[in-house]
Amino acid sequence: MTAIPILRLGNVLLAAVHVDLDDSVAERFQEDLLGRIEKTGAHGLLIDISGLDVVDTYVARVLADTGKMARLMGARTVLVGMRPEVAATLVRMGFGVEGIETALDADEGLAILTGASAR
Amino acid sequence: MTVAVVAREELPIRSEEDLVRVRRLARALAQRGGFDAFASAALMTAASEMARNTWQHGGGGLAAIEEVRDGRRAGVRMTFADRGPGIPDLERVLRGGYSTASSLGLGMSGTRRLVDEFAIDTRPGEGTTIVVTKWTRR
Ligand SMILES: Nc1ncnc2c1ncn2[C@@H]1O[C@H](COP(=O)(O)OP(=O)(O)OP(=O)(O)O)[C@@H](O)[C@H]1O
Ligand SMILES: [Mg+2]
Repeated sequence: MTAIPILRLGNVLLAAVHVDLDDSVAERFQEDLLGRIEKTGAHGLLIDISGLDVVDTYVARVLADTGKMARLMGARTVLVGMRPEVAATLVRMGFGVEGIETALDADEGLAILTGASAR
Repeated sequence: MTVAVVAREELPIRSEEDLVRVRRLARALAQRGGFDAFASAALMTAASEMARNTWQHGGGGLAAIEEVRDGRRAGVRMTFADRGPGIPDLERVLRGGYSTASSLGLGMSGTRRLVDEFAIDTRPGEGTTIVVTKWTRR
């Protein structure tokens, strides 16, 4: 099973998802991220999904839930790089994106998170 | 216009890994059919949602994925069949937001919006068969 690498940059954890996320990889990714927040005391989480050409409602829910869980632990999550076709598909399916913070790309997401953690 | 089947592949849906296989095959056929990124994402998402339902709610089953042609149009037709409990409350399921798995209940209603053709045959106690087709835009 492929694990998704999580990098640390100051107060922020970074992860780029490239693999086709099957259910168990997605769940393990969520656990790994939360574990790393606890261990590092990170204040921000940046998840880059520009490598995904398909995000079904299951994966979308895991990502959204991860953001909520991180939030409860005191970390802010920004989802970046969602491809236009993925965004269009999720909206057409009626997937609500309330509560998920997003940015165009990793640079922008990082700016949001480092600005937030410097406050 | 009659629909011609150019190629057909069957995949069992018995495990989580099978969901990935179904998605991969849908991706390959979308590429072969010349689907744009939007149609391709719609097809793969539909494949993923229907395969997951077959696995999760239908107790597993079979996916048949076909490359089809209708005159000049290329398309992909996907059939998901199981011998599970069937869907007694089909109308509610198709309206969306209803789930017996405390999930979002968007899989079925959402898939219907993503594809061009959607047909369902479900019988309580016997099983469910869903056929979806997506065509390239001309
Ligand atoms: N193949 C099937 N066999 C039996 N019941 C099914 C099948 N597919 C769907 N259902 C029923 O229809 C309901 C709605 O399905 P739908 O995919 O829309 O939502 P869900 O699977 O519950 O949640 P999600 O939004 O995660 O897909 C399911 O909860 C289940 O009760
Ligand atoms: Mg479903």
